[in-house]
Amino acid sequence: MDAWTALYVFMLAAVAGYEVIAKVPAVLHTPLMSGSNFIHGIVLIGAMVALGQASGWIEQFIGFVAVFMAAANVVGGYVVTERMLEMFKSSGARS
Amino acid sequence: MMPHWIAAVYFVAALVMILGLKAMSSPLTARRGIFQAGIAMALATVVTFWHPQVAGNIALIIAAIGLGSVVAWISGKRVAMTDMPQMIALYNGMGGGAAAAIAAVELLKHGTHTPLALALGVGGALIGTVAFSGSLIAFAKLQGWMRKLWRFRGQQILNLLLFVTIVVLGVIIATGQDHWLLISAFFALALLFGVLLTVPIGGADMPVVISLYNALTGLAVGFEGFVLEIPAMMIAGIVVGAAGTLLTQLMANAMNRPLSNVLFAGFGAEEGATAAAEGGTMKAIDAQDAAILMAFAEKVIIVPGYGMAVAQAQHKIWELVGLLNQRGVKVSFAIHPVAGRMPGHMNVLLAEAGVPYDVIYDLDDINAQFATTDVALVIGANDVVNPAARDDTSSPIYGMPILNVDQSKNAIVIKRGQGTGFSGIQNRLFVGDNTRMLYGDAQKVAQSLISGVKAL
Repeated sequence: MDAWTALYVFMLAAVAGYEVIAKVPAVLHTPLMSGSNFIHGIVLIGAMVALGQASGWIEQFIGFVAVFMAAANVVGGYVVTERMLEMFKSSGARS
Repeated sequence: MMPHWIAAVYFVAALVMILGLKAMSSPLTARRGIFQAGIAMALATVVTFWHPQVAGNIALIIAAIGLGSVVAWISGKRVAMTDMPQMIALYNGMGGGAAAAIAAVELLKHGTHTPLALALGVGGALIGTVAFSGSLIAFAKLQGWMRKLWRFRGQQILNLLLFVTIVVLGVIIATGQDHWLLISAFFALALLFGVLLTVPIGGADMPVVISLYNALTGLAVGFEGFVLEIPAMMIAGIVVGAAGTLLTQLMANAMNRPLSNVLFAGFGAEEGATAAAEGGTMKAIDAQDAAILMAFAEKVIIVPGYGMAVAQAQHKIWELVGLLNQRGVKVSFAIHPVAGRMPGHMNVLLAEAGVPYDVIYDLDDINAQFATTDVALVIGANDVVNPAARDDTSSPIYGMPILNVDQSKNAIVIKRGQGTGFSGIQNRLFVGDNTRMLYGDAQKVAQSLISGVKAL
């Protein structure tokens, strides 16, 4: 990807991210932090690519650690966000 | 080149994740949002096994995913609701570490990258590593493994020197000098930098710091996405980077402090100055007397904090409020924006207990009323009612808006023991003339108060 295309992608993604979060009530700050924490778990596919082409034990080891940590990011991020939002549902139903 | 069908799945996944995040910003659609994003993530992960560059080590990949998933699943399911912030920190650190590790593999392979890819790769490595070690420190602090603030003279200068050294190393590496020793030194110093940046920050500020590291991880993921030429990673990473930055800003605003103050306020603080508020003794009260005090009051304000969350006392407290209301006592709840360390935490717990919204007030709406309040009942809150934040410039929490409990006619503080709070700061409120300490677990104490009021 050439530099200008990358810059456009970064710019548009940044604007999208900003707009998506703007005007969110304080009650949702923590769940959103947790949710966006889950979203950057997409690093998992990058870690898989890195390990997939690693050769030699050092690269393999670092790649393994990368995939392990990325998977923990994805699964952990999802589980805690889900649990937190579950609480909101119960409070929403009552109000 | 990536086959079109894989690229198409990544494309859809990126779109669904952004929409999922959007849905998460409203309480009504939030659960649907995380579910959609989860499906998208699962799809993107599965198709990656057919990515042409995933050429070998398939068994290792599956083992690593399995291991990481199981560990995170169990820990995520088991953790108590009150410990959520540190779990987010931990998982966020994992993401940052993964981004940094990707960069390390790419650098060690001495592959052919454009200068821009190298620069972004090294930049992402630095950001990801700092997010990794910083998040782990944040985790340790919130977990209570590290209570000390660890400040010393010249910390700011040391950090600056360290940062400059890392950047210089990074520039050398990015220009093609990729000897493994240079790379190791770069990562080691970046790890150290993340640690040094986080150790002086007090526990009460941690949610803001975690949010910042969350944004940094997003940025690092976006940069490594460019290196690996995976646009979905670039987009999802940068979206989180931008959203996380805004979220960090919003949280800092909720505490009425600029972000720089949160990050650097501790730097250069005089050694031992935080102990200045000491002196005076705490005066205890038993539940019976406390019940009488409240039952014959006209106006009571309840200030819930972390202690209420830990003891799950919200239902008992609401029962107590019902009894007081029957006696004609006007009771309201005052919620500090960062009470319970998780913005919105107290609102959720009180809503769970059935407390209607019209008796729950924000800091700005209720603070003027403490002066005319007969009894302020503080349940396991500490830093958010510490008068030092108002007038003690040497206090680590100076400048944070607090609930003016010390101005009420009587303050009753329910607390588990005599120790300092979460941030390790002495609280002058507890030794105040009109303050009485009611020791014990918040739920048991609430039960005693209920019996006390009933017995009258």
